[in-house]
Amino acid sequence: MSAVEEAANEAPAVEAVPKRAMTLGYGTSLVVLGLLIIAPMFLKNFFVFQMTMLLIYALAVLALNILTGGSGQFSLGQSAFYAVGAYTSAILMEHMGVNYALTLPIAGIICFGFGFLFGQPALRLSGIYLALATFALAVAMPQLLKLGFFEHWTGGVQGLVVTKPDAPFGLPISQDRWLYYFTLVVSIGIYIASVNLLRSRSGRAFMAIRDNEIAASAMGVDVALYKTLAFGVSAGITGVAGGLGAIAVQFVAPDSYTITLAISLFLGMVVGGVGWLPGSIVGSAFIIFVPNMAEHISKGLSGAVFGVLLFVVIFLVPHGARQVAIVAQQLIGKLKKG
Amino acid sequence: MELFINQVLAGIATGAIYACMALAVVMIYQAIDHLNFAQGEMAMFSTFIAWQLMQWGVPYWWAFLLTLAFSFAGGIAIERMLFKPLAKAPVLTNVAGFIALFAIVNSVAGLTWDFTIKQFPSPFGSSPFLGSQLISTHQAGMIGVTVGLLILLYLFFQFTRIGLAMRAAASLPESARLVGINTSWMIALGWGMASAIGAIAGILIAPVVFLEPNMMGGVLIYGFAAAVLGGLTSPLGAVVGGFLVGVFENLAGTYIPGVGNELKLPIALALIITVLVLKPAGLFGRPIVKRV
Repeated sequence: MSAVEEAANEAPAVEAVPKRAMTLGYGTSLVVLGLLIIAPMFLKNFFVFQMTMLLIYALAVLALNILTGGSGQFSLGQSAFYAVGAYTSAILMEHMGVNYALTLPIAGIICFGFGFLFGQPALRLSGIYLALATFALAVAMPQLLKLGFFEHWTGGVQGLVVTKPDAPFGLPISQDRWLYYFTLVVSIGIYIASVNLLRSRSGRAFMAIRDNEIAASAMGVDVALYKTLAFGVSAGITGVAGGLGAIAVQFVAPDSYTITLAISLFLGMVVGGVGWLPGSIVGSAFIIFVPNMAEHISKGLSGAVFGVLLFVVIFLVPHGARQVAIVAQQLIGKLKKG
Repeated sequence: MELFINQVLAGIATGAIYACMALAVVMIYQAIDHLNFAQGEMAMFSTFIAWQLMQWGVPYWWAFLLTLAFSFAGGIAIERMLFKPLAKAPVLTNVAGFIALFAIVNSVAGLTWDFTIKQFPSPFGSSPFLGSQLISTHQAGMIGVTVGLLILLYLFFQFTRIGLAMRAAASLPESARLVGINTSWMIALGWGMASAIGAIAGILIAPVVFLEPNMMGGVLIYGFAAAVLGGLTSPLGAVVGGFLVGVFENLAGTYIPGVGNELKLPIALALIITVLVLKPAGLFGRPIVKRV
């Protein structure tokens, strides 16, 4: 029995996405941005809150997209990084009285470190093994947060209540709206930074590793460094999203950050299109609104609806929202000509 | 010393659960080179079927056999319908498929049989085994069944034509096709067998952890840990790994201060990562060399 595998014949872990296909054009970006700015002015507070969550999850999906679509590594453990970010923000705000806006960069930095360290053992794993290790991380995280040892800080099983910030400078808008615009500014900042990151030297290194690790190292890319870096960046962004999530929901508890969250984020990435950054917001909308609608039809059905839709996506539009967007673009192009 | 021996025995008893699950995980890994994240849910579903049959008044062993047959057919059906088209797809797509299957099975079981905890009977009874307080007859029976299953699998793979064909299809698909083996159906067969083994695992585990749609969550993680420890390519390794994980878990709980029930899953996590980093092929697996 030979134990040699032909690496060349093997299906790649993630399909390659060219660099230019990762973002939207200027015009479309401005339209989406305009919608995101104007929409909440006409919505009730509850919907504004949902749109805030939409942006927060979009950030988390974006982070996963950088890791998987960019550098070709899996993670089913994003909920762990999200939890660390959320707890960092909550603890800084409630125990140390730090301003909410300042907690976000700290959450990001701590998660970057955590992700970078987790990336070290993950270096030796690829494909399915990496999925397994991160899966275990996600399952273990709520247990770690419940530990009696940290209880003084984390509040144990009960969790922590976070105060919602008021709009500054006496602006006459509600807390929810203020938080929405705050989140929007953070999200746009991170989105632009991510796009630039993927267009930079580091981004090219990520993609080289994704497409062919051996070739990349032959070209002089420090594979170990860039792989852990991708993990760190992804964890850092997820941490910021987690911090924002804690502020928006006003509550952190171990059981909000289970494997279900990690799976949702993964799902969001697949639906939005792996490696297509704007797809993150489509994926995020999917994971926020579809379960709600499914619950309306029948209680407990959301899992089945989720699963069936995921299969539909895999079979019919394997590139997710990106494929839909491309088809739409071509249709519009035809209409213009005709 | 007596405490130590007792803990090892108790560990072996729980280890039998993990060994069963790991065996199913390894079976499917051998056939398709993927870890089936939905394995635990499939086993749970089979166990519910057995429970339902017994509720309808089918005797235990008939229900057992019918469930095995159903699981076998179900595993093949899932492979044919959902995963055969994905055979050439990237790993990511397959992982997404497994997760989708996980969600569907879990949700359907919850809808059909609701989330209340149900008692599941044991064919071995639950009195103390040979006067020992630590191992019940059920746990002893479980160890026996696991070892028996392993021997059967060994005989099947070593001494039957179809077992040989399955091994050929798994290790060198191209050459296997050239000598006339229908590799596609061998994979389906692997799914069916893994599903049936999962059903046995579920039926054995259910009297211990009680029957409910989420019963397999923790067990599956330990099953993965056991499979990884023993080596994902070796059924024997999976079973040995299962027992080792059970013993390790119990000893860590006894001798390392601060490790109680709440740290059980983090231990599995630490174990998986340590093994993957130090010896990715596991104790019994064969390392795979890649040719560029």
